[in-house]
Amino acid sequence: MIESGLVDWSRLQFALTACYHWIFVPLTLGLSIIMAVMESIYVIKGDLFWQKTAKFWMKLFAINFAVGIATGIILEFQFGTNWSNYSWFVGDIFGAPLAIEGIFAFFMEATFFAVMFFGWNKVGKRFHLLSTWLTGIGASVSALWILIANAWMQHPVGMEFNPDTVRHEMVDFWALVMNPVASSKFMHSVFSGWMTGAVFVIGISCWYLLKRRETRFALSSIRVAAIVGLAGTMAVMFSGDKSGVQTAEYQPMKLAAMEGLEKGGKRAPFSIVPGIEVPGMLSVLATHDLDGFVPGINDILDGYTDESGKVMPSAEDKIARGKRAIDAFSTYRAMKNESPSVADSARKVLQENMPYFGYGYLQSRNDLIPPVSLVYWAFRAMVGLGAFFLLLMTAILWFECRQTLVQKRWLQHIALWTMPLIYIAGQAGWIVAEVGRQPWTIQGLLPVNAAVSSVSVGAVQTTFFIFVAIFTLFLIIEIRIMLKAVQKGPEIEHK
Amino acid sequence: MITYEFLQQYWWFLISLLGGLLVFLLFVQGGNALIFLAGKDEREKELIVNSTGRKWELTFTTLVTFGGAFFASFPLFYSTSFGGAYWVWILILITFVFQAVSYEFQTKAGNLIGRTWFRVFLALNGFLAPLLIGTAVGTFFSGSKFVVAKEAVGNVAAPTISKWATEWHGLEAVASMFNVGFGLAVMCLAIVLGALYLINHIEDDRLAADLRKWLKISFGLFLIPFLYVVYRLFTMEGFAVDTEGVVYMQGGKYLQNLLQMPMVLSLFVLGVLLVVGGVAGSLLKPTFRRGIWLAAPGAVFVVMALFMIAGYNNTAYYPSTADIQSSLTLANSCSSEFTLRTMAVVSLIIPFVVAYIAYAWRQMDKQSLTREELDTSDKY
Repeated sequence: MIESGLVDWSRLQFALTACYHWIFVPLTLGLSIIMAVMESIYVIKGDLFWQKTAKFWMKLFAINFAVGIATGIILEFQFGTNWSNYSWFVGDIFGAPLAIEGIFAFFMEATFFAVMFFGWNKVGKRFHLLSTWLTGIGASVSALWILIANAWMQHPVGMEFNPDTVRHEMVDFWALVMNPVASSKFMHSVFSGWMTGAVFVIGISCWYLLKRRETRFALSSIRVAAIVGLAGTMAVMFSGDKSGVQTAEYQPMKLAAMEGLEKGGKRAPFSIVPGIEVPGMLSVLATHDLDGFVPGINDILDGYTDESGKVMPSAEDKIARGKRAIDAFSTYRAMKNESPSVADSARKVLQENMPYFGYGYLQSRNDLIPPVSLVYWAFRAMVGLGAFFLLLMTAILWFECRQTLVQKRWLQHIALWTMPLIYIAGQAGWIVAEVGRQPWTIQGLLPVNAAVSSVSVGAVQTTFFIFVAIFTLFLIIEIRIMLKAVQKGPEIEHK
Repeated sequence: MITYEFLQQYWWFLISLLGGLLVFLLFVQGGNALIFLAGKDEREKELIVNSTGRKWELTFTTLVTFGGAFFASFPLFYSTSFGGAYWVWILILITFVFQAVSYEFQTKAGNLIGRTWFRVFLALNGFLAPLLIGTAVGTFFSGSKFVVAKEAVGNVAAPTISKWATEWHGLEAVASMFNVGFGLAVMCLAIVLGALYLINHIEDDRLAADLRKWLKISFGLFLIPFLYVVYRLFTMEGFAVDTEGVVYMQGGKYLQNLLQMPMVLSLFVLGVLLVVGGVAGSLLKPTFRRGIWLAAPGAVFVVMALFMIAGYNNTAYYPSTADIQSSLTLANSCSSEFTLRTMAVVSLIIPFVVAYIAYAWRQMDKQSLTREELDTSDKY
């Protein structure tokens, strides 16, 4: 028997690590591009001011980068330590992008990070610039392969279940790579990183403006960051729209939870906040059609017929078919040597019911409902803040182009205090994507209770609290070091 | 003809290579273990930290890639070992986590606990990470207590296929002298490699003299567990696999593996000679600074040979002492043929990756690290 509480503590530990990791990664993704642009300007113009500007942001980048690496390694190995059944059941597919990430991206990041940071006096200007770009590209390539892996968990494709080896096996690598969910997830995550980098640079630069110091440095940094940030915001909006349509198609329960939609239908309304709705808007967003049908939580549990006439079974039916698949699997395994004909018919039953295999591990229909309130509010936080960042960056760039930003102290205050908000938006996005798909580790195939390792609850609780202590300590230290470094400043204009 | 069996062997070769490279790159840990031993004053400590600090990401990345490659090619190992020997892997990870931030945090204003503590973390990682990794790898020969039952997937109440058969979850490995000896050997080898790397990378006569002293001590200490492990390895029973995949105990299995695979034997002997040559050259000739470039391939070859005798020649590379038939072999723990084939194509990029790392390394290390450089360039 799985020990009571083991699944929840294992989930909590994974969520903790992922949340902390996602504090540091977006800044790495965004800041790497911003400082690469700054160094490019330095190489093109030959103006040392831009070199010093890039170097200042590199200093902050390095502090952040270290903690991102520290939390990332725990995340990778947790698939084995805490989700061992998952590691075998889908390792044949899931392991590949992780290995490719290591070979293609990590070595690139690691090698060129050292050149970028220590190579100013050791390598030529152009090789150094290339190293800075390759550090940023390496981070994005790393995100690409991780998000290909993550997209496969959201929308599994390109595999078949093999009852002899008791796992899903890859049959189409390109289906995995070209998974439509992967491209939108990659764009949404990486470009949200650009937004994070931009808000971070703009916020710190505005602090200098408020303190009336480092003015040229601050305004120059703001200009680069706002352009990168606006480009990122556009891409995030585009990929967010695409992601919404895909969620409606592949993970309707997640979409229903995001909207708190109990009863769906055509011309489904979009909820701004509870009690305030825009009629038909959800149908437009989810299907790009005002008359598009969007199922609610109860529709999904009770079963419904979609627009194409396809009948979606009820939760009870799916669970029953899942249990049939699992029973057929056991029969096949027991009989494959003793009675090939019995094994053969069991295999057919297994194949017929395989799409519902994971449902067989669920106890009741309620297991299929993710935490609705959390997902609902996280989605509103993410979208609402995203719209605010778009306005802010547009305003910042507008006033900067008109050369009046220095006088707009109210805007500088807003930009400074927006810095924590970008992190809240990022965390909210993670909650929507990952909490919204519970109880599945792999959509429809493997729920969390069938994926967990056989370790004691006490062991997981202990490591959970150890990680809480370590990560929190690191976060506090990082913030303190960054604050000190910012207070000290780039020291360009004093010299 | 590239068969499924060939692909399994090929991927074990890559795992062996990555394992060898990881042990070589543990020179970073070995160097950090010497921070407080060889670094007599602040300047010398700074030189050591800044020397290993320019390579630590490579060790870290190799560890992560080693894990990723194991996941992709032998997922049952990933599932069984990480999920079972929970505490050993968690401890290894924690030491690396502290190392990852310590370089960056140690000298920065506002780091809360001060420079010395972060250097203590680096030194602790320097001793503990190789010790724990070595102890964990020792179980590739001595075995661990676990049971794998794939039928469990059909049990809705308890579907976990691999279970550890002791509540110690990996900590029981330290009860074996062989495992601990293995760990101590890897730890001392890391310090030997660290000393050799620092001698090569730092130009500083005073520090070099201390490093040579610690090279002598660490190599002497290395020989004790290494010779013990080799003796035990060549005399112990091993976990052999017959043509039906049935695992059984066979006397002198690992020695037989070595003798039956002359290429592996040559690799092992050549590796040992290169390590000894690198160390001897550095100890006998005070002006000789290139010992690392002999010992590094030597360490890679020795570790590769050890992985090969663990997994090749019909051997169970991750044996179970709780249920011998649960032991992991290349055949029963690997990915599907399609995945191994696809990943084999991906692996063709590895020489290119090695080439650009070598190029960047050469560009960065054309000149040795000096006290003067610490005053004029970016540093940790």
